[in-house]
Amino acid sequence: MIRSHVLICGGTGCTSSGSKVLISTFESEIEKNGLADEVKVVQTGCFGLCALGPVVIIYPEGTFYSRVQESDVAEIVSEHLLKGRLVDRLVYKDADESVIEEAGKTISLNDTNFYKTQKRVALRNCGLIDPEDINEYIAMDGYAALGKVLTEMTPEDVVKVVKDSGLRGRGGGGFPTGLKWSFTAANAADQKYVVCNADEGDPGAFMDRSVLEGDPHCLIEAMAICGYATGATEGYVYVRAEYPIAVKRLQLAIDQAREYGLLGKNIFDSGFDFDLFIRLGAGAFVCGEETALMTSIEGNRGEPRPRPPYPAVKGLFGKPTTENNVETFANIPQIILKGAEWFASMGTEKSKGTKVFALGGKIENTGLVEIPMGTTLREIIYDIGGGIPNGKKFKAAQTGGPSGGCIPVSLIDTPIDYDNLTAIGCMMGSGGLIVMDEDNCMVDIAKFFLDFTVDESCGKCAPCRIGTKRMMEILEKITDGNGTLEDIDKLEELAYYIKENSLCGLGQTAPNPVLATLKFFREEYIAHVVDKKCPAGVCKKLLNYVIEADKCKGCTLCARKCPVGAINGTVKNPHTIDTAKCIKCGACMDSCKFGAIIKA
Amino acid sequence: MKSLAELAAIREKMKDKVVLREGSGEIRVVVGMATCGIAAGARPVLNAFVEGVSNAGLAEKVTVSQTGCIGVCQYEPVVEIFEADKEKVTYIKMTPEKAAEVIEKHLKGGKVISEYTISNAIS
Repeated sequence: MIRSHVLICGGTGCTSSGSKVLISTFESEIEKNGLADEVKVVQTGCFGLCALGPVVIIYPEGTFYSRVQESDVAEIVSEHLLKGRLVDRLVYKDADESVIEEAGKTISLNDTNFYKTQKRVALRNCGLIDPEDINEYIAMDGYAALGKVLTEMTPEDVVKVVKDSGLRGRGGGGFPTGLKWSFTAANAADQKYVVCNADEGDPGAFMDRSVLEGDPHCLIEAMAICGYATGATEGYVYVRAEYPIAVKRLQLAIDQAREYGLLGKNIFDSGFDFDLFIRLGAGAFVCGEETALMTSIEGNRGEPRPRPPYPAVKGLFGKPTTENNVETFANIPQIILKGAEWFASMGTEKSKGTKVFALGGKIENTGLVEIPMGTTLREIIYDIGGGIPNGKKFKAAQTGGPSGGCIPVSLIDTPIDYDNLTAIGCMMGSGGLIVMDEDNCMVDIAKFFLDFTVDESCGKCAPCRIGTKRMMEILEKITDGNGTLEDIDKLEELAYYIKENSLCGLGQTAPNPVLATLKFFREEYIAHVVDKKCPAGVCKKLLNYVIEADKCKGCTLCARKCPVGAINGTVKNPHTIDTAKCIKCGACMDSCKFGAIIKA
Repeated sequence: MKSLAELAAIREKMKDKVVLREGSGEIRVVVGMATCGIAAGARPVLNAFVEGVSNAGLAEKVTVSQTGCIGVCQYEPVVEIFEADKEKVTYIKMTPEKAAEVIEKHLKGGKVISEYTISNAIS
């Protein structure tokens, strides 16, 4: 009789920090201690707290062990599983070190600051079930929504529930999902399709991967529901080949669903047929754009085409097609089971439900969080994210990756939803949230994202292909210290031109990082152009390392560390840096024990 | 899959296997499993609770877990039962047979078996 489950994260984050070997080690230690009949090891999807991986959770207590190494396993098995004693040094504690421990109850995952304000809908099964076992998904009410839809509801009913729930597209645009479904449903055709966009291309976003890795059946169920509602009998999941674990688990899930008759002919004896196929993308950012994605599925080069006609009229293979993002689909089964009112009770007036964010950058708890719409940036960063490392000050957060913009510290109390973000010139995007502190130069950040879109522009239309390149050149000129005030005006003018004239979403949003930083951090651009200074000390051409003579003890350490021999001086006498030779690598500054080297 | 009943059957069969992960039930049964507890026979008691709770169909309501030394080694195996808004009940010198009785009378019937409790031994 199994009395305890050891859940080990098998997501991409924890797999790369070494969770695979933990599984076999746990199994052999459990065997060795004679607990094989009492304790079960389960590999799950992502728990969200990737910064602290590999993560292990032991139920029924819900004890949360972080950064578990192979050498720790024997201790956890003999102490926790055999004797019921916590291995305290591995238990995850909040930043304030408060362990919530009452008699007989150990700190549970759900009591930590990281989890307690989260509300998991799309990620509800991630980190809780074994994604490679369809039975565990069914135990968590899996496929009950599909059953309900096929036996009790008409396609019109389904569309209505999704419409009433207020669910909007989680891939970035925020288009009402129910409305999208109704368009496809209204178009008669001999064949219609459902397409799932799992081509998660934003740097720093990985929520779709987590759903595919942690709860693949949820996507299959939702796509079948969409097929029924819109009259489609075939579906395609377009997923990037860079997600090998996700692809493997999704294929396994599709095979199991077929075997159970949950995909295929006459599902639930309702006369409804639906089947699903995976198509691998080669990782081009533009293929996240819906028309380019469908062109790629058709076997052609991934390039967008003008809309209209919209996919609901003429989509994949020229047939009416509904395309949604993974996270959007992941909400569907819960909406069907719990009702539109339940979903609409969460969130803000025009943005219902929850949103998953991938926290990254200068933040303590790097990972995935799912929160109700309307949560403020301050709550995300300080309460859930654990704040900025090393006591640095928060400067801005980038939402929407290379298509989005930054939220400055002055707007940190903005409730996050689609409309508020659009109002301040950002966009929700797919949910990457990159946190920046006082050491980040905003011009450099804008350059980083623009560099990405210049690379990823497919080249079909001129505004995007040529325009982004010209913007990039102006930004380089500014960060090199050769910019003029006219350049800033030209940059802005060009940005608006590209936004208005590009063919697809990639080009239409590519200038956003530049526009947002210009809006909120114009003084930084001006400092680069007029004073020829980078206030954050990032742009190398605009900064010099100098040694403060009164602090330098003449220890010679920096001179020995300097890779180009740019530091001169004799023992016990203040040293100097030859700025002509200096390559601004910063090695001297890192090595100085007296804080004598500064950026000027 | 031809019917909802078929799906429900799989769900029922599997539910017991994952209910463990749903967090604490209303009632928590905690078995002391320190060296003294194990030496006194806590393992069979723990297993008796896990199995008994599941067989009695109480798995969703009752969470069985273990803890370290409770501090009254002479009374091991010790089992504590926590229930919201109720006082903790501590059973001592437990055996698998007594465990079955506790499941039947206390967990199912809501009646504390006072002769097995620590307060009975001390007073």
